[in-house]
Amino acid sequence: MVQQLKEVDVVVIGVGMVGSILAKELAAAGYKVVGLERGNTRFTVPEFQSPGIHDELRFDVRKALMQDNTREPVTFRNTSSQTGLPIRRWESFLPGTGLGGSMVHWNGQTYRFQANDFELATRTRERYGQGFLDPDITIQDWGVTYDELEPHYDRFEYLLGTSGKAGNLKGQIQPGGDPHESPRSREYPTPPQKEHYSGALFRKAANSLGYHPFPQPSSNLSQPYTNPEGLKMNTCVFCGFCERYACEHYAKSTPQTFILPVLLANPNFELRTGCQVQRINLDSTKQRATDVTYIDNAGREFEQPASLVITCLFAINNIRMLLLSGIGKPYDPATGKGVVGRNYAYQTMSTVASFFDEDVIVNPFMASGASGTLINDFAGDNFDHSGLGFIGGAFIGAVNTNGRPIQYHPTPPGTPAWGKGWKNAVVKHYNHTIMFSLHGSSVSQRQNYADLDPTYKDAWSQPLLRITFDFPKNDLKMAEYVTARGVEIGKAMGAKQVAGTPRKAPYTTQQYQTTHNTGGTVMGNDPSTSVVNRYLQSWDVPNVFVIGASAYPQNASWNPTGTLGALTYWVADALKNEYLKNPGRLVSP
Amino acid sequence: MKLPAAPNVTRRSFVVSASAATVIPPAVALVAGSAQVAAAAAHHPAPAAHATPAERIYLFFNVAEVQFIEAACERLIPADEPGAAALGAGALAAGVPNYLDKQLGGAWGAGERLYRSGPWIQGTPSQGYQLPFTPAELFRTALRAINTELAKRGPQFSELPAAAQDDYLKSLEKDNHDFDGVPSAVFFDMLLKMTVEGFFSDPVYGGNHDMVAWRMLGFPGAYADYYEAIDRHGVKFERAPLSIGADGHGHLHVQSEIPASVG
Repeated sequence: MVQQLKEVDVVVIGVGMVGSILAKELAAAGYKVVGLERGNTRFTVPEFQSPGIHDELRFDVRKALMQDNTREPVTFRNTSSQTGLPIRRWESFLPGTGLGGSMVHWNGQTYRFQANDFELATRTRERYGQGFLDPDITIQDWGVTYDELEPHYDRFEYLLGTSGKAGNLKGQIQPGGDPHESPRSREYPTPPQKEHYSGALFRKAANSLGYHPFPQPSSNLSQPYTNPEGLKMNTCVFCGFCERYACEHYAKSTPQTFILPVLLANPNFELRTGCQVQRINLDSTKQRATDVTYIDNAGREFEQPASLVITCLFAINNIRMLLLSGIGKPYDPATGKGVVGRNYAYQTMSTVASFFDEDVIVNPFMASGASGTLINDFAGDNFDHSGLGFIGGAFIGAVNTNGRPIQYHPTPPGTPAWGKGWKNAVVKHYNHTIMFSLHGSSVSQRQNYADLDPTYKDAWSQPLLRITFDFPKNDLKMAEYVTARGVEIGKAMGAKQVAGTPRKAPYTTQQYQTTHNTGGTVMGNDPSTSVVNRYLQSWDVPNVFVIGASAYPQNASWNPTGTLGALTYWVADALKNEYLKNPGRLVSP
Repeated sequence: MKLPAAPNVTRRSFVVSASAATVIPPAVALVAGSAQVAAAAAHHPAPAAHATPAERIYLFFNVAEVQFIEAACERLIPADEPGAAALGAGALAAGVPNYLDKQLGGAWGAGERLYRSGPWIQGTPSQGYQLPFTPAELFRTALRAINTELAKRGPQFSELPAAAQDDYLKSLEKDNHDFDGVPSAVFFDMLLKMTVEGFFSDPVYGGNHDMVAWRMLGFPGAYADYYEAIDRHGVKFERAPLSIGADGHGHLHVQSEIPASVG
């Protein structure tokens, strides 16, 4: 028996970072908003407190904060000639679940993309010519520009209290910041975090090579901060338990610290947890959403009518929600037609390990998730790609985030995997190794996409999402190139041994790389190559908005969260100032 | 903080009781330079609280299984022979078999966080584990086959000399013995991963006894405030590690009569 509920103005599916910010904006503007969250309610107190929270086995290895993959995994294959099989345990990427979403277990690395990224297809053609790219590459412009997003980036950073140093204030290059960044309207809300020894050594070496090191923008705060919502946050103590953990100190910016207390106090908002949304239901025209169907923790089924439905899920779950709801035409890689699932992309992660003698003591466990030092000299289009045969790049940095020993015990190449040689090497190098992250961009490509799996089902008998992905040649070349630059920096640091590991194909689900899955519900100005318009409104069903990194037409050289925050406020303004006053298409197809 | 040794004190209540003590700032010594580091290492904080051996009460493994597991774990992470360069305990003294026993006998062994719907198709390495076995089933199946295989040849694994044990482990790792449907490399991979987990995970899980593995690395454990230390570059952070179940002195209080208690 399906229970029919009373209509509300807005249903928000997923109460993570995007959902909580949007719900707050719309509830404050007077609209009745219901937030449907599949996971549990959780707050800094009591859920994120000791002694439970600093447990490497439970959170790092067993992945306690992640989407329940026993009920809702995804299937995967490298190419469409293979059979998609379920990822039976999360490893390569780690979508979260529960109030606050994946942001609860993030590292706090809070970047902006550059102006070039938003107009990548146009600018690449302009700079390098029409024939520069592999014809399989399907990069495209976003339909929104950096200048349009700048005020929203600013607002998001001030919401979080992000700690950093501006490198470009209104066109004026600032010493100590990133000179490659696109202009920002004002300084970061708080100064950078303290620099660890790895970062200091990296800085010196990068300077000696003529590069431009700067402190990683961090939403683990360098000092106490009160945000524009009136919420207070604390100074990070570098405990080294950020990614895959929740912060017990109110020092890492998450919805719990920067917005939820304000949202939950607003009587226009109702949070419902334990609600697994099955689909968005459409009327007979298939151009209007009428309600959403969800099943609660006790197995009861509900229909929640709403005038406006906003899906705010992790990227891959946004894709699946549209496919399960029949919103937008599914992408077919054989013909190149269709849009939902198209341009699925990722992040091309490489590493460089620099091994020192015992007199260099790095204390890897003293870290926040974003207290590194890095360069953007080889990121994005900050260097000339003529003759290199690829586009994109990576930030290169000593961005060590922890020394938790089950997961972190680096050894030089050639070390045995077990036995006395392994043990000796682990002990010898633990406190004398500096790891660089080379955080590479990811082009979209015709063969990489997501669709519904024909065989495997979730716990509610709905088809799983199937991801078909391998690293494009472009990105493998990029990884080789930036890794060689990283190795040079490692040598300039004076390391005894430097080991570069450029990312190689095939992409594997069995090694953690990053949780920066993007694309599949791409934004743009052309309905034949995008799922949503530049305001993240569905072309097909205009009272559905789809907000997530799934909107990125390809992925840039930086962590995606800052850009997603900016897009969230960009959409919030469009909803409040235009759509909700006069519902309809914000852009004509 | 010393807890009463009441018979009804469970591990859970111990952990909760001890938590209040973790906010006490532990004593920290900062020692500069490599010469002092060597000196500090010589005075490395002694294992705290109790020098009892690691727990060896097995609830999951049977006798034949545990003979293999204890011997194999100790080859994967061997103890050092006594001497100036000795790093310390191996997997056995660290209680790794105890860790494995508790994991395999509990939710993890039963398939916690493992998607368990068919069809069961063996795919590419990129697609990962695709067998229907839970970890407990996988260990049971493989261990029975290993002991049967070795019995046909002669001595059991635990009776072999160390070099022969290593050779046999390498054959599991590299050759694909079929252990009633469990490829030996899959079993070996799971055994190695869990051995490393047991060695380095918090002692509340039954391995890393007395935090020996953390002391070996100089990892200060679950809790620390490094705000004042992080920009004192190149200075070794010298402090006895803290378990998530430790009090402000780094002491673990154990109810040794309770099998599931920390050891």
